Amino acid sequence: MKRIYVREEWCIGCHLCEYYCAFANSGERDMSDALRGVKINPRIQVEDADGGVTYAISCRHCERPRCVEGCITGALTVEDGVIRLDEEKCVGCYTCIMLCPYGAINPSDAGKSGRSRPIQKCELCLNNANGEPACAAHCPNRAIIFEEGGSPCGL
Amino acid sequence: MRIVIIGNSTAAVGAIEGIRAADSAANIAVISAEMVHTYSRPLISYLLEGKTDIDRMKYRPADFYERNNVQTFFGCTVTAVDAVARAVVLDNGEHIGYDKLLLAAGSRPFVPPIEGLCGTEHYTFQSLADAKSLEAALTPKSRVLIIGAGLIGLKCAEGIHSRVGNIAVAEFAPRILPSILDGGGAALVQSHLVGKGLTFHLGNAVASVDGHTAALADGAQVPYDVLVVASGVKPNIELLTAIGAKAGRALITDSCGRTSLPDIFAAGDCAESIDLTDGRRRVLAILPNAYLQGRAAGKAMAGLEEPFTEAMPVNSIGLFGLHIGTAGAMRCEPETDNNPQYSDVNNYRRFFFSDNRLTGFILIGDVNRAGIYTALVRAKVPIDTINFAAIAEKPQLMAFSPAARKQMLNGEKNDS
Ligand SMILES: Cc1cc2nc3c(=O)[nH]c(=O)nc-3n(C[C@H](O)[C@H](O)[C@H](O)COP(=O)(O)OP(=O)(O)OC[C@H]3O[C@@H](n4cnc5c(N)ncnc54)[C@H](O)[C@@H]3O)c2cc1C
Repeated sequence: MKRIYVREEWCIGCHLCEYYCAFANSGERDMSDALRGVKINPRIQVEDADGGVTYAISCRHCERPRCVEGCITGALTVEDGVIRLDEEKCVGCYTCIMLCPYGAINPSDAGKSGRSRPIQKCELCLNNANGEPACAAHCPNRAIIFEEGGSPCGL
Repeated sequence: MRIVIIGNSTAAVGAIEGIRAADSAANIAVISAEMVHTYSRPLISYLLEGKTDIDRMKYRPADFYERNNVQTFFGCTVTAVDAVARAVVLDNGEHIGYDKLLLAAGSRPFVPPIEGLCGTEHYTFQSLADAKSLEAALTPKSRVLIIGAGLIGLKCAEGIHSRVGNIAVAEFAPRILPSILDGGGAALVQSHLVGKGLTFHLGNAVASVDGHTAALADGAQVPYDVLVVASGVKPNIELLTAIGAKAGRALITDSCGRTSLPDIFAAGDCAESIDLTDGRRRVLAILPNAYLQGRAAGKAMAGLEEPFTEAMPVNSIGLFGLHIGTAGAMRCEPETDNNPQYSDVNNYRRFFFSDNRLTGFILIGDVNRAGIYTALVRAKVPIDTINFAAIAEKPQLMAFSPAARKQMLNGEKNDS
């Protein structure tokens, strides 16, 4: 299946992926409407390591997803290889946060819409109007790519 | 082949999914004492709190049994296993034959021998039925006494808090959540709960109850209207120990769930695990463990050997908005040694190291990305190969070398 891969030596640390992710998941049609006055809480996160090293991290959609195996409610499931979240079922116990070796599932906040959901994760933009990952589409240096390939092995 | 599963909760679901991953034809029968579709037990407190409902509590979708072609016997209790005839005996007298049998019967509340408890009304908090009967007993004026400040007792307190007058908790150990927290962490969580109106009697066994008042070991008298006993669980192992299965506190199995009896498996809260953090056998009564044990057993019953060897304690619990994440082993004197390395009032972080490994940790407050720490424990990563100091306050993958990170994030995918 198509997955997101990151090439850290190409990442310029611009954090644009975070803004496009926040916009894509905001439900707004206009980027400035979506982001004005908002402290973004994106589903992809750029780490700024020592020595100017940067890279973006989002859900790897593992073939053996510990989050899904450990989900206490059944809210996390695998659909055609993509790990999906049923926000209605999730109660926010954070077991998945304790189990994801990438730190790619995060607590959520109510956001501009005011609708609160307990956690959030990358669903490859299948859960929003974008349909294809906005982070990869807008990465200026192709450091985030959306391509066919296997599951990473994790830790 | 006919596979019979006793129980219809997490371990049973894991087994069904494991069987079907390997064998679409095997005949599967699930027998459960409960009358209901498989549900998530941890959600009973959220149900009372109004944060979920019966439908959303379903651990798997409504068509789960149909889709997996599982025959269900709900409301049937297994009373005996006849290993010679290879059949289980139900409470209605019916016999159901098996080629492979899985005991996924979980555990039941342990009710301590407290004077007067036997003859007086009290509630436990483990099943949907328990939650419903407790709910029916509550009034906005109820004074509730919960015996046990473990995970179940405190989740119960959270679940019923807004529907009762007040809640007192009595605990034999000197601190709350004694199985997962050190002294400093427990004190922090306790003050949060006291701020929500809970009262605690710690280091204090309940000596006797009379239906209205509990007498504590230190002489205190605690009046109550509703008594909840949440002082631990007891694995349901008797069906197999009665016919000679090896057991410690729970059934002893191999890493595919095989008991010492031929063609009989066990998984979930009724089976012990080998805790990878110290190599010891213990009961790890947590849901992810039950699922993975069940799945390995299911696969093995269907002929696919995929041992589950990664059992370890991982607890994630939210109490009145405060999150606690713990994993692995606490190697310290929890009462006397209260020095978290990295901590402020709202963000407690404590790490336990031994032999150049992170063996366990306690986080209270900010648990974001804590799975990175869990992975370090699970994979036994030598601490001197990573930059732990860089992530002690905030878990990040920057602790790893670029090469290790590339492998983690991209796997076999090569750069182009
Ligand atoms: C209030 C509460 C909160 C919890 N919170 C968490 C949490 O946040 N995170 C976490 O990881 N874990 C939590 N747990 C623990 C978790 O629920 C258990 O680890 C898990 O349910 C174990 O699953 P199991 O399948 O082994 O057994 P159980 O869930 O105990 O199910 C046993 C099944 O066997 C059936 N059964 C038993 N005996 C018989 C018989 N003789 N005949 C027929 N059927 C029988 C029962 O009806 C039931 O269907 C919590 C538990 C409780 C009670």
